[in-house]
This record gives sequence, C-alpha cells and structure tokens, in this order.
Amino acid sequence: MIKEEVSKRWLAYQKEIADDHYYFARSCIRQNFFPAAEELFLNILKNELHKDIFDDPQQTTCTGIAYHSGIVPMETTMTVVARQFALMTEAGYENFVCSCVTSFGIYTEVLETWKHNPELEIKIRKLLKESTSKEFEIPKNLVHTSDIIFKFRKEISAKAKYKLINKETGKPLNIVEHIGCHYAKIFPDKGVGGAEYPYVLAGLIDEWGGSQIDYPERRHCCGFGFRQYLIKANRGYSIANTKRKFDSMKDYHPDLIITNCPGCNFFMDRWQYVISEMDGITYDDKGYGIPVLTYEELAGLMLGYNPWNIGLQVHQVDVVPLLDKMGYPYILEDKYKGINGEDMGKPEKTSLNCCC
Amino acid sequence: MENLYQKLTEDIRFVEGMNACINCGTCTAICPAAQFYDYDPRMVVDTVQHKNDKEIEYLLKSDTIWQCGECLSCKTRCPRNNVPGYIIQALRALSTELGYFAESEKGRQQLALKRTIGEHILKHGYCVYIDEVNTEMYPEQGPVWDWMQKNATPLLKRLGANYKQDGAGTLRNTSKESLDDLQRIFDITGATERFNKIEHYSKLKSEELGITFDEGLNNDYFKSIYNSKSDII
Ligand code: SF4
Ligand code: SF4
Repeated sequence: MIKEEVSKRWLAYQKEIADDHYYFARSCIRQNFFPAAEELFLNILKNELHKDIFDDPQQTTCTGIAYHSGIVPMETTMTVVARQFALMTEAGYENFVCSCVTSFGIYTEVLETWKHNPELEIKIRKLLKESTSKEFEIPKNLVHTSDIIFKFRKEISAKAKYKLINKETGKPLNIVEHIGCHYAKIFPDKGVGGAEYPYVLAGLIDEWGGSQIDYPERRHCCGFGFRQYLIKANRGYSIANTKRKFDSMKDYHPDLIITNCPGCNFFMDRWQYVISEMDGITYDDKGYGIPVLTYEELAGLMLGYNPWNIGLQVHQVDVVPLLDKMGYPYILEDKYKGINGEDMGKPEKTSLNCCC
Repeated sequence: MENLYQKLTEDIRFVEGMNACINCGTCTAICPAAQFYDYDPRMVVDTVQHKNDKEIEYLLKSDTIWQCGECLSCKTRCPRNNVPGYIIQALRALSTELGYFAESEKGRQQLALKRTIGEHILKHGYCVYIDEVNTEMYPEQGPVWDWMQKNATPLLKRLGANYKQDGAGTLRNTSKESLDDLQRIFDITGATERFNKIEHYSKLKSEELGITFDEGLNNDYFKSIYNSKSDII
C-alpha cells in the first residue's frame, strides 16, 4: 500500500526528456575523476541507442563550482552559460544535455532567473555579444545525462546481458542511490520524481533488477559543500557529512551505491578509503568497502562492457566484489594494463581490501 | 559606512531568497553545515531581515557566511520561500567587494579558491584539470590517483579520452579561441575585477599579519589559508 502510494507520488513529477538530437556539455569533475564515463555515455547513446549527440570541442565549463564557491559573479556565470547556448545554436541543436548535476542546477537557475527577470536575459545577451559576438536561442529541452539513461532504461534493459541480481542467491542486489542536491532540491519540478522521491536513479534500479534501499539519510548531501571540500582546512565538513550517510545506510547492507553527480561519486568512493585509513572502518563485512558507480558505468555493466575499458579500475573502492556477486566476467590480470596490454604497475595497496 | 542592506537588495539572489522569515528553524534542521559547524542559517536570515547594518557588517566580516555548503537543501524546505543559500551568496559577494572577507579565517580562503578553481577555468577551460590535482593537496584522491597520473597517457587512451589533444573528447585541449572568449567574458562581467579584489585585499591582510605573500600556491600565505583551521566544533 505504502509502496503504491510512493510510486504514485514519484509519477507525479514527470519531466519532458527529448527523444533525440542532443548537444552535449561536459563536466569538470566527471571527465577528470572518472575519465571513461563521458565517452561511455556517448557510446551508449550513439552505438546502443542510435541517437544523435554532438560533442563540441568549443565547449567549456559552466563555472558552477567557481560560482558556488563565491569567486565569480552571477553575471559571469550567466554569460558563460549563454555562450554554451550560443554554441548549441551554432551547431544546429535545441536539446541541451549536461553531464553534471551542479551544471544542471546552474543552467536551470539561469533559465528560471531569466524567466522571472527578462531584463536580465537582455543584459546577458548584450554582454555575450560584446565579449564574443555570439547570439543564442534558449534550449527547447534541458536535461541531465542521467535523465536520458532513465528515459531509455527499458531499451537498455532489453539489450542487457546482466541484471542487478546476486547470482548465488538469486536475490536482487541491495542498492543505494544518491541523487545529488542540485538535481531537484533547487527546482523540484525539473527533476524526474521531484525532490522528495527522485526517481531518475531509483527507476534504473527497479528496471534493471535491483532493490532500492530506503535509509534515513537518503536525501542528505554528500558533503561536497564546494569551498568546504576544495579547501583542505575545511575538508572535515565533507567527510563528516558523507560518513553520516554511510553510518545511516550500513545496516541495510548495500551491495552498491550509484550516483547522479560526479562529485558525489567521488566523495562516496574516496571518503570510504579515508575512513578506512583513519578509523579502520569499512562499510561492508569483508573489508572492501561499498563499490560506488555512476549511472553510465552501471549502464555499461548492464550492456556487458569490459569493466577495465570503462574505467572501473580508477575508483578507490574495488568493484570486483560487485562483479563477483553479479557473476560478471572479467580478467583480473587485465585490470591495470594499458591500451596495448602494456604493464603500468599497480596502485599502492591501501587499508581497504582489493583484488589487485 | 555604506548602506549594506541597500547593497544586498541590489543582488538578484537576495531578492529571490529573502522573504519574511518566521524563525521556524526548518532550514537549520536539515542544513548539513549546521550539523558540522557552529552555523545556523535561521540566524543568518533573521539577522539580515532586521536590516541592521552594524549586524550585517559583523556578519560580512565573520566566518559564518563562509560555512554554508551551497547544497540548497534549504530552498526545498523553507515554508516561506526563503533561500538561506541564496542570501549567503549575496552576503559573500558583498563581503568580497568590500574586502571584508579578509577579516575572517574562512573568508581569507577565497584567495586559494581563486588561485585554483578560478585560474584553472582561464587556463584549461574547466574548473578542474587532472594535471593540477595532486595527492599532496588532495590526499583523499589516494594511490589510485597517483597511479592514474603516472600512467595518464596509456591509461587515458584505453579509457577513450583525448587527453591533451585537439578536437573533441574527454580531457582534450580547450582551444585558444574558447579560452579567449572566457577571458573576455570574465573581463566584461566582473569576474576579473572580483579576482583582482581578492588578490588586493589578501595582499593587504598578509602584510598586516606579516606572512609572506607571493604569486601561485607555494608561499606561506597561500599555505596557511589552505591548510589552517581553528574554529571547527
Ligand atoms: S545551502 Fe547552505 S544554508 Fe542552505 S541547507 Fe545548504 S549548507 Fe545549509
Ligand atoms: S526555514 Fe525559512 S522561515 Fe524557517 S527559519 Fe529558515 S528561512 Fe526562516
């Protein structure tokens, strides 16, 4: 009964997600910290779903991290965003998709601000023209990359070689999803499922055979805090908030955490390593930690990609225990090899267990 | 003294974020910063709504306004449509403009943000760039990061990136044309001016504190603001 009620509420927030022809905007954090993820997303769209998506070499940051750290004015961010829209317009696209939750919040905020204050849009158009000679159209559709994976979750499922099932027990894997604050907390009606029951990742878990974990701190921030992480002196804020989530989820025995935002992914992966080094605590019962994947990495696994070609070895928490639970094939010796099989050594061992 | 409240009302974030606060404390209850610092968004909003410039000046010179994490969880929850996180953005902008940021330990950290994230944008086109991130400044990156950096060329090729190459793709070069666009946008929209103010007031503060100040990251002032803390509860 409660489940039905919650499903109904989830469905109450429906969002328009364009069907094809996307202009792609990269993420500062995703491309650096998970450098296979964006190419994987583009591959899934082009080669699995046969969609048209344009990766523009002229595109830049949206400045979101700098904006939320207070070092650039809002006019600057709005004008950089306007330049991105101008690039989209020049390339002949109308559907803008960004690969970062912070960016998604920024683009949405800029569009909402202009909607309520049209004089600001006029001002920014003028500033953009003066500084770059560019002009732009407002995107017809603005979405986050995970929205597209969500939209095509059934198509991916139809092609999937694996399911989120524990091969030995036959039971669904227990999965925590973390949405990232700026996906729907700022503008709840812009995210699939809204702020209270966001469904963009939960829908993937449901569709691909896993079981969602509902835990008390499910909607708590990952602890990025922009300047709270970026400055070493403040970093206790970040780890303390992430730890609050781990402490809250651990009794539900997660097999996997999936994230929407690349920043959240980084914190949930790396702070497990730090907590293990500092306090000797791991959040699984075998001392490996809980693997943390992005939605496109998870989609890549469903589709049967080689885990070491989609960057699963550059997480600090080892993914091998997850692969073993799923009965997923991999060659361990291949994990840390280069493109032509060259030996690149291995990362140093940490206090987290690792199959390396 | 400038009319500080009046100045705040010129910021669109303040206009959007400040309605009448009923002091219910909902924002504080869900605020991650309040769980970590001696920080209370309700107090910030209430202080500001009293329009008392003396109190606002105190706020602008305090650590308080720098403790918010800009998660904007408060935006979803406030029953009166206030947004403490937006009000904080307006307070931070004003504090920077007036040089008050240099009066607090947390505020002084703005120089480190400008010299990392801020300068990366103009140098690489993105806020973060792999070559600028090392495990001395970011030890939580862990050994896997050291390994990735050491093997960047062959590894990133395997992962499908276009590291340091022209054209499209992950970690490709950002063209001079795009970087020039960003620089001109920064110049015309006030980011360059804000950068210069952060540098200017930081240098003055370093002289007052007698700490060596220089360009880049390898000087005593930068290291002290980046590493030191005294106020965590
Ligand atoms: S935006 Fe700032 S004040 Fe609002 S909940 Fe987040 S940390 Fe707290
Ligand atoms: S939730 Fe809104 S009304 Fe309540 S204390 Fe916070 S700002 Fe004031």
